[in-house]
Amino acid sequence: MVSLSPQTSAAAAAIGRPPIAWLSQFRGLPLLPLAILVPFVLIAVFADYIAPYDPTEPVAGMKIFIPPAWMQGGDIRVLLGTDFQGRDVLSRLIFGARVSLIVGVMGTVVAGGIGTALGILAGYLGGWADLVIMRLTDAWLALPALVFAIFLATMVGPSMWNIIIILGLVYWTRYARVIRGEVLSLREREFVKLAEIAGASSTRVIRRHILPNVLNSAMVLASLTIGVVIIAEASLSFLGVGVPPPEPAWGSMLADGRSMLMVGAWWLTVLPGLCIMMVVLATQLLGDWLRIRLDPQLRNL
Amino acid sequence: MKSGSNPQRVSMSPPLLEVEGLTKHFPVTIALFPRRQIGWVKAVDGIDFAVDPGETLGVIGESGCGKTTTSKLILLQEGPTSGAIRFDGEDIAGLAGPELMRYRREVQVVFQDPYSSLSPRMRVGEIIAEPLQIHTDLSRAAQQERVAEVLDLVGLRPEVAALFPHEFSGGQRQRIAIARALVTNTRLIVLDEPVSALDVSIRAQIMNQLEELQARLGVSYIFIGHDLATVAHISHRIAVMYLGQIVEMADSLELCEKPLHPYTQALFTAALPAHPDDKREKLTISGEVPSALSPPSGCRFHPRCPKAMSRCAVDAPERKEVAPGHSVACHLY
Repeated sequence: MVSLSPQTSAAAAAIGRPPIAWLSQFRGLPLLPLAILVPFVLIAVFADYIAPYDPTEPVAGMKIFIPPAWMQGGDIRVLLGTDFQGRDVLSRLIFGARVSLIVGVMGTVVAGGIGTALGILAGYLGGWADLVIMRLTDAWLALPALVFAIFLATMVGPSMWNIIIILGLVYWTRYARVIRGEVLSLREREFVKLAEIAGASSTRVIRRHILPNVLNSAMVLASLTIGVVIIAEASLSFLGVGVPPPEPAWGSMLADGRSMLMVGAWWLTVLPGLCIMMVVLATQLLGDWLRIRLDPQLRNL
Repeated sequence: MKSGSNPQRVSMSPPLLEVEGLTKHFPVTIALFPRRQIGWVKAVDGIDFAVDPGETLGVIGESGCGKTTTSKLILLQEGPTSGAIRFDGEDIAGLAGPELMRYRREVQVVFQDPYSSLSPRMRVGEIIAEPLQIHTDLSRAAQQERVAEVLDLVGLRPEVAALFPHEFSGGQRQRIAIARALVTNTRLIVLDEPVSALDVSIRAQIMNQLEELQARLGVSYIFIGHDLATVAHISHRIAVMYLGQIVEMADSLELCEKPLHPYTQALFTAALPAHPDDKREKLTISGEVPSALSPPSGCRFHPRCPKAMSRCAVDAPERKEVAPGHSVACHLY
């Protein structure tokens, strides 16, 4: 977007904005998603300082399958109990947040980067570029996403960064299609034609006119994709081809706890499941809010 | 109706823009396999005209007569099928590199819809400064200065540079579009129905503004429109288009007083008279504009022309000068 020099913003304020405009910045903040996401992000960032135990090692002197502290047989030193190896569930959840958020955000960035770039190229260049890119997208869409991800993950071997690249490669198609459609209609808009008539190069048109106008859509898609990618990462980890053990990931925690669900060790599955659900929900709500927020036509309302 | 500053194409100075035999045919295909071409749409079919420095040429015609295609050809949005457009004596089809950039700098356009022609995500200052950024290496401050200058020219305060387009009315937006078109010391502006989308009251303001700018800056206009009164008001000379051809061309005043071509006469019949007591020969035509895909034989206007003769169906009339600066393509003259 356009950066404002102090004078021009002062001028803008003088013309139409009430003097307390900055106060309204806080009006309508997405409180629920922020209330969920901010703690998760902080926890993920400061996991090393917050987590009471090493998430990969059994807690010394603790039995396995200790239930959460408030239950019969719980221990106050391991608040959320221990798993089948006697590792602290709370510490694993805390470090798992880091994995989920990094994979979710970075996977979305990779998917969004590939998809937006290809979508803009296809839409703006048209002709053969369009044909090739869109047939590639169609072919890609025909592949079942998760099966394809599992295939790629077993090919390149499990690691967090591999998972990020793989999920990016799996989920870019939606961006490419939506962005291409937007670009097709943008290309016919008169302000784009005006720029071309004024002599703007393709790069300039894309940078100044196309990209800023598709960012909204990319943002909305990203809000949807983060959730999908987090769930996909959890699924891969659940299936054993995601983040490799003993590294804690919510998906692999679900897998580990699954067999114990029948005998009543619910905390091993419900707690990571709840974390996944809350983070996914919060990202979706936040994305929706961002979309409204980023549209200058709605900004002053 | 103006006259005087440049009554006819008397060659005192070389024309700024010269169009000769300009033709644009679009292939029509049906989407079968294999793709089959079933004909050509002759959107523009051999037109000639010239625009002098500081002159306004009005182009008038019904929708589908080729006036927008003509503007696209001039703006290099389409390539001509044949014919030439010369700017400063140089064929624009062959322009490349710095010469093409010079043409891009000196020829600008104002579109009809002021809501679509300004990017909703850029501030007014950025929108107006864009041609400067493309063509000059002025500093940011110098750009802002120039933007303030052209905003002043079109009657807007310099502070509006910091606002977004959606904060303006249609008339103000069109002023912004004009400011942008002027910012690079433009020599020719194609005005593609610039006031058709505006309120009648705003229309007059914008028209006067355009005339004033022309008087001050000496810029040439090609004013495309379908409203006779508007086009006649602002133009020095008018070209009347019908189905891709210019059927009549004359000084604006002359055309209003003595329209010769039956189509032009019909256009004047359709428009409201300047004075309610005005007596004029009434000439009404019926029917639709025929398809440009299969234009009528002979004179393209003959199926609708009340004065058609047998010759009109076979013989296409050439446009010839019947009075100084007044040419018409009709067998009646």
